[in-house]
Amino acid sequence: MGKTLTEKVLGRKAGRDVRAGDVVSVSPDYVLSHDNSAAIIQEFRKLGVKRVKAPGKIVIVLDHIVPAANEKYAQNHKTIREFVAEQGIPNFFDINVGICHQVLPEQGFARPGLVIVGSDSHTPSYGALGAFAAGIGRTETACTWATDEIWLRVPETMRIDLSGRFRPGVFAKDLSLKLIGDHGAEMANYKAVEFAGPAAGDLSVGSRLTLANMSAEMGAKNGYFAPDAKALQWLEGRARGPFEMVASDPDARYDTVLACDLDALEPQVAAPHAVDNVKPVAAVAGKPVNQILIGTCTNGRLEDLEAAAAILKGRRAHPSVRVLVIPASWEVYREALRSGALATLVEAGCVILNSGCGPCLGGHEGLMAAGEVCLSTSNRNFRGRMGHRDSEIYLASPATAAASAVTGRITDPRGF
Amino acid sequence: MSHGIVWKYGDNVNTDVIFPGRYTYQMMAPEEMAQHALEDLDPEFARKVKPGDVIVAGRNFGSGSSREQAAACLKAAGVQAVVAKSFARIYFRNAINIGLPVLQSPDAVERLQAGDPVDVDLVRGEIRSTRGTFPFSPLPESVLGIIAAGGLIEYTKAKLTVDESEEKKE
Repeated sequence: MGKTLTEKVLGRKAGRDVRAGDVVSVSPDYVLSHDNSAAIIQEFRKLGVKRVKAPGKIVIVLDHIVPAANEKYAQNHKTIREFVAEQGIPNFFDINVGICHQVLPEQGFARPGLVIVGSDSHTPSYGALGAFAAGIGRTETACTWATDEIWLRVPETMRIDLSGRFRPGVFAKDLSLKLIGDHGAEMANYKAVEFAGPAAGDLSVGSRLTLANMSAEMGAKNGYFAPDAKALQWLEGRARGPFEMVASDPDARYDTVLACDLDALEPQVAAPHAVDNVKPVAAVAGKPVNQILIGTCTNGRLEDLEAAAAILKGRRAHPSVRVLVIPASWEVYREALRSGALATLVEAGCVILNSGCGPCLGGHEGLMAAGEVCLSTSNRNFRGRMGHRDSEIYLASPATAAASAVTGRITDPRGF
Repeated sequence: MSHGIVWKYGDNVNTDVIFPGRYTYQMMAPEEMAQHALEDLDPEFARKVKPGDVIVAGRNFGSGSSREQAAACLKAAGVQAVVAKSFARIYFRNAINIGLPVLQSPDAVERLQAGDPVDVDLVRGEIRSTRGTFPFSPLPESVLGIIAAGGLIEYTKAKLTVDESEEKKE
């Protein structure tokens, strides 16, 4: 019996043959944290050790509230910077680099065959490049800093076979929403999700990041694509160290196998207040919106900003709507400046914000009042997430967001 | 063992409604966290919850963010245990790591109603109520050590001390 990518990666780390269901103790390659490092430091101090065990494995990216929106956040950032200096942590990215889930792939931390854990639920994003990457909590992160060790249960794997091609106006985000809508927000709870099939290799690294990111909304422990030539091309000049090209064996055991034909997909929208409350865009078209958010770790990459700019070029955002644009990183920001996408968006009346999480999790920069409606390219539409508990969030692709920006109502992008 | 009542909720109770993002990156003492527990799902909860009460919910409890306060705020509010049909995976780990019992018992969830008197016996693996006694799936062996130590911080502290004394022997 063959093995899945996850079984191979965790087995190699554990130094033994492992199968789904086994519990392993491993030394991760990287441990990510962000603004919540301030809380993690507080836990770390309780452990009674002076030094983190492997400073070179710790990656800290400030991205959640950047720059600091108030004194409390400023104090958190200050505490983190002081700790980074005290412990000699080399991989620290301050407020002008980007969202961790874009920064780790860009800066060559996310590599095939690595084990990465992070104190953020969207850590599975790095599976886009063939890493095993899973989210953990604060206490666990603090303990991993001290011990350089973490226990993980080797997950069963769900394979999703993709075939066909996206039709114009349809994107990876629509695919992720369709899967979650059809199979529920718990579809892959505790499992690994492998995106496979003939169409998987056609997807850009950006689209793979969107899907691996959204595997968190399927409940997955990790989500991944087998690394291929496209992944290698991305890693060229970025990889910070060695990596291992790894893939599931043809006779690997899968817990579930689903299939999805991209040709049959149309733009999707997740309606309030659950990520699996998904409908084709036509079902909610015409719904007036007050705010549109284009960005986040799910959809703030160059291809996303360009998809939005293609629709907004020569047009103006509707006066009744506030359009916020957040490039996922400064690398994306610079590329979008060079490509002209940002100029197009600014001309259209969009507000460009610093690379970071922005209002996605309700921290700052564009929170909503009672009764307001936001269409967002982010990953969660839970009640109260972006402000008042009586505000509403719809999730969609950047193209659907841009089309809706033009009309001020939820709009099918295929008409543009 | 303390005795409490059931607070009953549905499926997919997510971390944002348990502990809103607007507070997530503010450092808070446990008592302050408790004041915001379930704020966006049930604004009455934080005011009325009593030590020993039990939350009973459907599938995928704690889905969403990795924020640990979503477990910590319930523990600080005095919640004895959360009983659900299933838990989201990071929530499950976080709860164990901070010492909040998370118990899977679909039968108990089907039968128990809001306001029912209820008690949980972790040693015997039972949820007791006027509607019957319900067994729950035992916690995986791999995490029992963490529970026994009183949470991951204590467990790791003990482990680090052992490692250190072994190093000294060498």
